Amino acid sequence: MTTRIVHYLNQFFTGVGGEDSAGTGPARRDGPVGPGTRLAQLLGPEFEIVTTVYCGDDYATTTPTAVQEIMALIKEAQPDVVVAGPAFTSGRYGLACARVVAAAHEAGLTAIACMHTDNPGLDEAGAAPVVASGETGRTMKETLDNLAAAVAKVAAGEPLTRADDRVGKVPRLNRLDDRNSAERAVDLVLARLGGDRRATEVPLPKFDQVTPASPLEDPSKALVAILTEGALVPDDNPDGLESARATKWLRYPLEGMDSMPAGEYRSVHGGFSTVWANEDPNRILPLDVARQLESEGAIGQLHREYMTTAGNGTSVANARRFGVEWVGELRRLGVQAALLTAT
Amino acid sequence: MCNLVSIAKRVGAPRIVTTRGIPYPAGDPSLGPADEKAWRRRLVTKALQVVATPVTAPTVFEVDEHGQ
Repeated sequence: MTTRIVHYLNQFFTGVGGEDSAGTGPARRDGPVGPGTRLAQLLGPEFEIVTTVYCGDDYATTTPTAVQEIMALIKEAQPDVVVAGPAFTSGRYGLACARVVAAAHEAGLTAIACMHTDNPGLDEAGAAPVVASGETGRTMKETLDNLAAAVAKVAAGEPLTRADDRVGKVPRLNRLDDRNSAERAVDLVLARLGGDRRATEVPLPKFDQVTPASPLEDPSKALVAILTEGALVPDDNPDGLESARATKWLRYPLEGMDSMPAGEYRSVHGGFSTVWANEDPNRILPLDVARQLESEGAIGQLHREYMTTAGNGTSVANARRFGVEWVGELRRLGVQAALLTAT
Repeated sequence: MCNLVSIAKRVGAPRIVTTRGIPYPAGDPSLGPADEKAWRRRLVTKALQVVATPVTAPTVFEVDEHGQ
C-alpha cells in the first residue's frame, strides 16, 4: 500500500506566478508539482504525492479563513501525510507552511513542514515537526534530500529529533538514560569548557526579551523619527540597498519635504509586490500625515531624516545589528520616539 | 506598525499597531485617495498615542474603525 501525500506549496513554487500572484486563493493540482516532483522521486514507489495544494503568500497569511480553506482541500485528498514547503527563509511562506502543518496535526493527520531555522514562521508549527532547509532555493537539492528522509521517518510513525535536523520546538520526550544527571551535567560543563557552547539537554528559545522603553510623556513636545524596513529608497537606489538578505541600512533626508513623491522614491523590497508602494510611497513611509500632525502640533518635531532597510530573509544577526545601530544613532541625535513600518 | 502581528510579538516588539496589508503598512489601496489618507492619519495618530502608553510586554493596539 502506498502512503498518500498531500504537498503544500506557495504560488511561486507551484509556477502560478511571483509577487503579482501573492493574492491567489487556495487551489489544488493533481500529483506533484515543482519541488514535489523531485521529492516524489526521492521518496520512491512506496509513496505517492496525490495532490498539490497551493496558495498565494499574501492570501495565506492575511486572510483569516485561509488555513481553513487550505485544510478543506487537503482533507478532500485523504492524505496519510501532509508535507509543507520547503519555505527556506521566506517569512510569509514559512508562516503559511507552519500554520498548515499545525492545523493538520490538530486534525489528527501526520504532518511535517520544512524551513530554515531563522524562518519567522517556525514557531507557529506548534506540535507538528519541522525539518531544516537551507537559506534559499539554491540549496533545494540538499534540502529535499533532508526532507525526503524526514517524511519517510514521520510516515513510519517514528519521532523526528535534532539528529534528523529537526528545528523549532521539540516536545518533551521521556526516556531512561543509563547515566545519571550528575554525570551528564559534568560532561556538559566539560564540553562547554572545551569550547562547545551549544551542548545542552534543555534548549532555550532564542527569542529576545525586549525591555519596553518608557512611554513618551507628551508626543506634542517630542522629536519623533519615522523608519521602515520596507526598503524605500530614492528612485535610482543610489546606495544599492539589497532587495533580500540586506547587509546594511541607509538614511535619507526629509527636510523640506511634506510627502514622499511617487516616481522619486520606490521600494526595492524583494519580498512583496511593490506596485502599491511605488504608486504612493507614503504607504510605506507615512510622511504626508506625519508632516500634517507636526504642523498641527500633535508631533513636536519630525526627525530630519528617515532610516530604511529591507526586511526580507535578513539574518537575525544583521537585523539585530541594524536595530542596535538605529537606536544608538537616534538617541545620539536626541530622538525620543520612533514609528517603524514593517511589511 | 505592521500586518504580521504574530511575528512582531514573537520577536518581542513591545508596541505593535495593526495595519491592513503586508505591501502597504501605512496605506489601504482599496480606499479612494482621500479616505486612504484619512486612514493613514488615524494610524499614525494611534501610533503616537501608543508610544505614550506604558507596556510591560509585546502589546497589540488596533485603530478604532471610527475616530482613533
